[in-house]
Amino acid sequence: EWTVNLTPGVTDVSRSVFDLHMTIFWICVAIALVVFGVMFWSIFHHRKSRGAQAHNFHENTLVEVIWTIIPLLILVGMAVPATATLVKMYDPSEAELDVQITGYQWKWRYDYLDHDLNFFSNLSTPREQISNEAEKQEHYLLEVDRHLVLPVGTKIRFLLTSNDVIHSWWVPALAVKKDAIPGFINEAWTIIDEPGIYRGQCAELCGKDHGFMPVVIEAVSQDDFKQWLVDAQAEKQSQAAAAERTWTLDELMQQGEQVYLRACAACHLPTGEGVPGAFPALKGSPVATGDVAGHIDIVLNGKSGTAMQAFRDQLSATELAAVITYERNAWGNSLGEAVSPAQIMRLLEPSTGEAEQ
Amino acid sequence: MSTLDTTLHAAEHEHHGPAKGVGRWLFTTNHKDIGSLYLWFSLLMFFIGGCMALMIRAELFQPGLQLVDPGFFNQMTTMHGLIMVFGAVMPAFVGLANWMVPMMIGAPDMALPRMNNWSFWILPFAFAMLVSTLFMDGGAPNFGWTFYAPLSTTYAPPSVTYFIFAVHMMGISSIMGAINIIATILNLRAPGMTMMKLPLFCWTWLITAFLLIAVMPVLAGVVTMMLMDIHFGTSFFNAAGGGDPVLFQHVFWFFGHPEVYIMILPAFGIVSQIIPTFARKRLFGYASMVYATASIAILSFLVWAHHMFTVGIPLAGELFFMFATMLIAVPTGVKVFNWVATMFRGSMTFETPMLFALAFVVLFTIGGFSGLMLAIAPVDFQYHDTYFVVAHFHYVLVPGAVFAIMAGAYYWLPKWTGHMLDERMGKLHFWLSFIGVNITFFPMHFIGLAGMPRRIPDYALQFADFNMVASIGAFIFGLSQLIFLWNVIACVRGGQKAEARAWEGAEGLEWEVPSPAPYHTFVEPPKLPESLR
Amino acid sequence: MSSSTYYVPEQSRWPILASTALFLLAYGAGTLLNALNADRGGGLGLVLLLAGALMMGLILVGWFSNVIHESRGGLYSEQMDRSFRWGMSWFIFSEVMFFAAFFGALFYVRVLAVPWLGGEGDKGVSQMLWPDFTAQWPLFNPPDAERFPGPEAVISPWHIPLLNTCLLVTSSFTLTLAHKALLKDERMQVRRWMFLTIVLGMVFLGFQAYEYVEAYHELGLTLHAGIYGATFFILTGFHGLHVTLGTLMLMIILGRIVVGHFDSRQHFGFEAVAWYWHFVDVVWIGLFLFVYVL
Ligand code: HEA
Ligand code: HEA
Ligand code: CUA
Ligand SMILES: [Cu+2]
Repeated sequence: EWTVNLTPGVTDVSRSVFDLHMTIFWICVAIALVVFGVMFWSIFHHRKSRGAQAHNFHENTLVEVIWTIIPLLILVGMAVPATATLVKMYDPSEAELDVQITGYQWKWRYDYLDHDLNFFSNLSTPREQISNEAEKQEHYLLEVDRHLVLPVGTKIRFLLTSNDVIHSWWVPALAVKKDAIPGFINEAWTIIDEPGIYRGQCAELCGKDHGFMPVVIEAVSQDDFKQWLVDAQAEKQSQAAAAERTWTLDELMQQGEQVYLRACAACHLPTGEGVPGAFPALKGSPVATGDVAGHIDIVLNGKSGTAMQAFRDQLSATELAAVITYERNAWGNSLGEAVSPAQIMRLLEPSTGEAEQ
Repeated sequence: MSTLDTTLHAAEHEHHGPAKGVGRWLFTTNHKDIGSLYLWFSLLMFFIGGCMALMIRAELFQPGLQLVDPGFFNQMTTMHGLIMVFGAVMPAFVGLANWMVPMMIGAPDMALPRMNNWSFWILPFAFAMLVSTLFMDGGAPNFGWTFYAPLSTTYAPPSVTYFIFAVHMMGISSIMGAINIIATILNLRAPGMTMMKLPLFCWTWLITAFLLIAVMPVLAGVVTMMLMDIHFGTSFFNAAGGGDPVLFQHVFWFFGHPEVYIMILPAFGIVSQIIPTFARKRLFGYASMVYATASIAILSFLVWAHHMFTVGIPLAGELFFMFATMLIAVPTGVKVFNWVATMFRGSMTFETPMLFALAFVVLFTIGGFSGLMLAIAPVDFQYHDTYFVVAHFHYVLVPGAVFAIMAGAYYWLPKWTGHMLDERMGKLHFWLSFIGVNITFFPMHFIGLAGMPRRIPDYALQFADFNMVASIGAFIFGLSQLIFLWNVIACVRGGQKAEARAWEGAEGLEWEVPSPAPYHTFVEPPKLPESLR
Repeated sequence: MSSSTYYVPEQSRWPILASTALFLLAYGAGTLLNALNADRGGGLGLVLLLAGALMMGLILVGWFSNVIHESRGGLYSEQMDRSFRWGMSWFIFSEVMFFAAFFGALFYVRVLAVPWLGGEGDKGVSQMLWPDFTAQWPLFNPPDAERFPGPEAVISPWHIPLLNTCLLVTSSFTLTLAHKALLKDERMQVRRWMFLTIVLGMVFLGFQAYEYVEAYHELGLTLHAGIYGATFFILTGFHGLHVTLGTLMLMIILGRIVVGHFDSRQHFGFEAVAWYWHFVDVVWIGLFLFVYVL
């Protein structure tokens, strides 16, 4: 594919932006034609080899004033529609749906503020495709495990923030790109016109896997959206139930490996060896082979001042138990000890929903 | 001071050639030696930074991770940007200023020769320190050349501390270099060389030097705040303590935007020397060139937030920075129009320096147009941090700043070495560079518009084709720079003898002295040539 | 322009040595800080840092005595003198911009960032993240008061700072008087006024040090006391460093006056230091207003 231009997108704003882009582009082309035209004309006709004699004029106030004023007028002409579009983007009117978007290294968390619902959205392209061991599929690097589902024809407000470094949430089809800044909230909004899947990426350098934190929006009809909300709540219940039952060490190890590869391997590496000076090894580390309480604590609450995040809200109790079990039993860390989901459940209860550091 | 004393000194100087051995380069106070040091250093940095660019382009040749891991890729991007900006382009301009400013204004040397030497010799140390971070635990700086907090503070590798001190050292070097140039231009002009007779290269450098002194300390300030946050527990860039990560960006770009004009104004100066020479016609609109340069410099302090349109700035701010940025097109346009008007009805020939200068005018303008598109805030939401930005700034920096530097080098090499260069090889270098640069950077506009973010080591499949083209172009462009190296060395070693006025249409004091210029050019202030009186 | 010759110094070893010293300083400081950060002892870093500092000190002495020697040898023309003047003025301008960066940071957080965090203004939604936070200045309770415990109190402008303002302003006057005396070649008077200026500078520094101790030990006003402490210390700290440097330079100038350097016509060394001192004074006025009073 040889895509060469911006997408017009699927919102009113994105179409104004596209029009503005094209207008300015053609103005620039026109100016270029004139300027380069004169220049090439001189290059061909006023060359010494054709016997051209140099004239000796070297200033002319009138021309100089003219070519100061004309560009100025052209610029004013551009500024008018640009200002109009910008003002439209800053429309402060009330939104019907609030979604808080939090950037994490390297995934997004979506909170439907009025619906007590939140989840993380991770890259789902398999590692083998990235390392060229498997063939790359159509949406290579632009696919996630959970889509951000949004209703069409609804004014949606995004509240953007970050848990660690600055990220930038960008979906070209909506013409929304806004930085997610730790400790602050930025606002953006959109009204999507057509149902469909819209893909974007993190646009601000945010560390090692900046290239691997896509955004995928699934825009659905308003009815479908209501149904989806109901389904999502149901799934939340069933997950909680799963944590209650007893899990065997093998089961935990199996699930733990998956969770580890998804959530931890980016830094600590699939081999658990870490990156010296940047990310500590887990293989044979004092944390992963020492007291289990300390291990649980650091996974749940992170370590402030480092890249180690708090995973208490990112993973379910089962996933947390599984991954901790895995870390204590993989790569020769053979403690033979299982951490049960129920145990983690109890630890999670007292403080919930506190995402901020 | 007795007259006798001074004459004695003058006499002493006349018999002084360069000292022997490495001592000549280590201890020199001669503006020509120091100029050469700067230029060689900059060429070395250009090659190192270029090799990093080639590593980036090799990794991006195809989707998927092939050669380097993402962490190392980020180190390459960061070091490439830093080395090119602070190691290649800026020192090259200072080198050209060192060589040419004293000759152009009829001065015996730079105003403060020992400090001049110091300005240079700080640089190799600073860059040695910067490059050494590649071998440290945790790797080199990996947060982009713009090093946004908190990625560069809380989340940075330990080598960031050395990076900070390296930036301090570069700052000291640049500030001293700039002070020297200002003092030289303001104080050492030959009798009769009034300000409005100054060659434009000197004017643009004078204004650049002012920019440098105004903004390098701000850069020092911002890295100092980083240092404090990292090592002394402050919270400048941390909301938890009442600070703001965006504060970093404001301070950085208050430096950063003038910095990009620091990398282009001297280029304007060089081109303004070359075009009249090969059009055999005086520069059109000298005075308006000077005013335009000054306006660009002043405006450059008012536009910094156009790099931060997506960071969440209140509407009024966004509008202000958009309008101010757009305004810069006016004075820049004046310059472009003046160059074209200089060619108009001239008598043009197309030696290598002229070819580079002409390519500069066209390709820089294209880069300027994409800059103008970026300035439109609502549309910048789509462009920001994509390859469209990468295309923009490489157009203004590579066929912009770098082409101008090469044009300047080809133009003045006869004066430096006493030999004409090999035109055939020069033209070969030009055409390969011209074609290579466009194959490399033009497709980046497309991938950017199609939605590819910058600073990523791997990308979605729809960007694959143009990336491959760009990578091929980068290797063509990169390898053809070896011809430049060859040309320079060949010209130093021999070739047809150059006359004092090496180019037929060249005007100015520097063309009145023999080629190569004597080690000490003007022991006595010269009389101005007819054309300048 | 009158003069016909311009003194171009011979080769010099100072610059390359100074670059080496600077490198040692920087590399040493980096190594030391990183070692401390990782809770390792600072052995090598400290050694390099001290070696660099010592070397730099010696070089400065050597380099400046070279310049002084040349100047007294009458090698410098009036034009040369002008070069030095331009050099010094632009150096001071660069210092102005250095401080401007920190003042800019102060204004930004006071006018924009802190109010936003507290729910005011365009980005007031940010308060959602810090529900218990109220914006105020001085900032006693930073958003995350556990990690950045704010100061319990801040320094009252009307005690030591006011006194210090008077001291510095006075010192600017005494220095001007010294200059006047120098112009009249009244060398005893010059010495007296210079001495007084230096004493004033040192008393200022003493008070400042006392204030820092008080801030740390009694007020809880520290570097990690949130943004108030950060801006307070970076501004007053760098100012204090400049006063220290200025005082040292004044001492050197006084020394040179005592051994008989300078006369009513030629005393650029004196003037350069005086400019610097006035600049430091002006910065203080800015500090007094924006850091302490307002
Ligand atoms: C030499 C360096 C250089 C130069 C000269 C410029 C020149 C300009 N730049 Fe560029 N810029 C950079 C280097 C440079 N830039 C770099 C390095 C970055 C990226 C930094 C980073 O993020 O890493 C950047 C990024 C950048 C951005 C931020 C993009 C983003 O991150 O989203 C913007 C936005 O406004 C911008 C605008 C401009 C403008 C308006 C000009 C103007 O000066 C251009 C003016 C010139 C013309 C317009 C052409 C000639 C004029 C005419 C022929 C007259 C008639 C024309 C009209 C009336 C239209 N630049
Ligand atoms: C003046 C500045 C300058 C110059 C000249 C260049 C030159 C080049 N740049 Fe770069 N570039 C920047 C400034 C510059 N760049 C900046 C500021 C950034 C942003 C960084 C950031 O995001 O933080 C950037 C980023 C950047 C990117 C984006 C990286 C990313 O976002 O991840 C890319 C990608 O293609 C790129 C490519 C190139 C290429 C191919 C060249 C080519 O023109 C280079 C050609 C030169 C050579 C190839 C050297 C030739 C020498 C040899 C081949 C001989 C070898 C011999 C010996 C070793 C003896 N640059
Ligand atoms: Cu997150 Cu880039
Ligand atoms: Cu800019």
